[in-house]
Amino acid sequence: MTKDECKQVVLDIIADIAPDEDLSNVKPEVRLRDQMQLDSMDFLDIVMELRKRHGIEVPEKDYQQLASLDSCAEYLTPKFDALTGKS
Amino acid sequence: MKLSRIVITGVGLTAPNGNSLAEFRANLLAGVAGIQRREIRYMGTQLAGVCDYNSLKHQTKKEVRVGTRAGSISIYCAREALADSGLIWEAVAKDRVGIYIGCTEHGNVETENEIYNISKFNYDTKFWSHYHNPRTVANNPAGEASLNLGVTGPAYTIGAACAAGNMGLIHATQMLRLGEVDLAICGGVSESIHTFGIFAGFKSQNALATHADPLKASRPFDKARNGIVISEGGALYTLERLDDAQARGAKIYGEIAGYHVNSDASDYVLPNPTRQAECVRAAISRAGLVPRDIHIVNTHATATPLGDIQECEAIRAVFGEGCPDTSINNTKGYIGHCMGAAGALELAGNLPSFDDLIVHPTINVDDLDPLCALPGLVLNQPRAVAKVDTILNNSFGMLGINSALIVKRFVP
Repeated sequence: MTKDECKQVVLDIIADIAPDEDLSNVKPEVRLRDQMQLDSMDFLDIVMELRKRHGIEVPEKDYQQLASLDSCAEYLTPKFDALTGKS
Repeated sequence: MKLSRIVITGVGLTAPNGNSLAEFRANLLAGVAGIQRREIRYMGTQLAGVCDYNSLKHQTKKEVRVGTRAGSISIYCAREALADSGLIWEAVAKDRVGIYIGCTEHGNVETENEIYNISKFNYDTKFWSHYHNPRTVANNPAGEASLNLGVTGPAYTIGAACAAGNMGLIHATQMLRLGEVDLAICGGVSESIHTFGIFAGFKSQNALATHADPLKASRPFDKARNGIVISEGGALYTLERLDDAQARGAKIYGEIAGYHVNSDASDYVLPNPTRQAECVRAAISRAGLVPRDIHIVNTHATATPLGDIQECEAIRAVFGEGCPDTSINNTKGYIGHCMGAAGALELAGNLPSFDDLIVHPTINVDDLDPLCALPGLVLNQPRAVAKVDTILNNSFGMLGINSALIVKRFVP
């Protein structure tokens, strides 16, 4: 999975959990919380949907890795690759 | 002790046959029911009263997604009632507002949804939603309304089975009289069509209605009635002390004249006509009235074979033959049983009678059960009457909770 594909996976989840937000201009380097209304329960939603849809576990100590789209991609892409057997 | 006079100044509602008082009333006078077929999890097609109000009128998509149906109905009804009241909401002291919402049950819907959800994951509870607790706490519907409205005064629900809608109004009256709040948003809501358990429970009790024509399924007092049609809905009112309402020149729908609440203490599910009659008599007495002064009696009858007869027995005991000006009706033929919303919605449907002097009928009575034949029963066609100064609203519930609320025409 490319990092752009990984960001799209996260954006697809956010589109469902924050349906009022305009996601057409999300800045990947900026904290998600700083550019849209997301609270701690919403981040738990992202964690839950990664688990449900993709079988990916994000332990609590790593929640900060989900702060921005860029950090999501850095953190999650290897996890997706591990699932599909890619290095 | 001289009690403050409490008046109704706003109404917001959603019913299976209307999303405003005007639409609801027009359909009650035109005989338009709102029951439909609906797929219920594990049970297949059942009959239900479904509301089609626009939830996005007063909520964001995210609020709808995160919250509950009962919360959404509460928000819709509360916002509509406030708009109807003419209050300038921005100028209202939010810490002096109370939200009191009656519920038959709460939490079943979300609990069933989560069990269904984890069943798709081999019952692994790590897939259980973190929203489960805020969605299922018993105060959820009132709490969601407080969040949406920014109300910082007391906001909670009142569990009173199917007497809960009346209880919301009664409790609000008490709190206004105690000076706890200056404005009450109160009534009842129901999300019960979203829980299969309510359907399955009534079915196991042989109390779930069936009929080839959904619109004829709910038929209190008809000889062939065979049970309850479960519905969702809500009706919330703004209640104020009379002097506050008059000071701002509010439109006044009616005045709370009296009420009573009691308990059967006799059975989990079977009604008790003696206690029901005691409840109604006490409400009438508290209003300073006698039975012949009551012009409309809205019955609670849910179309169960025994329950209707028992309520009729109670009404016969109180009103007998000496009440020529008393009309008796029922609303469930149109909208089914809206559970926690029933009492509040049914009162709303009768309030316009103060102005139009028409009593809406109970519909779907093709063959009146002689055991339900009451003098004054308004069947199938609206009845024009000379005078409507008082409405008695009955609402009874399981575990034997009875409530009777009397609203009278406002006379300064």
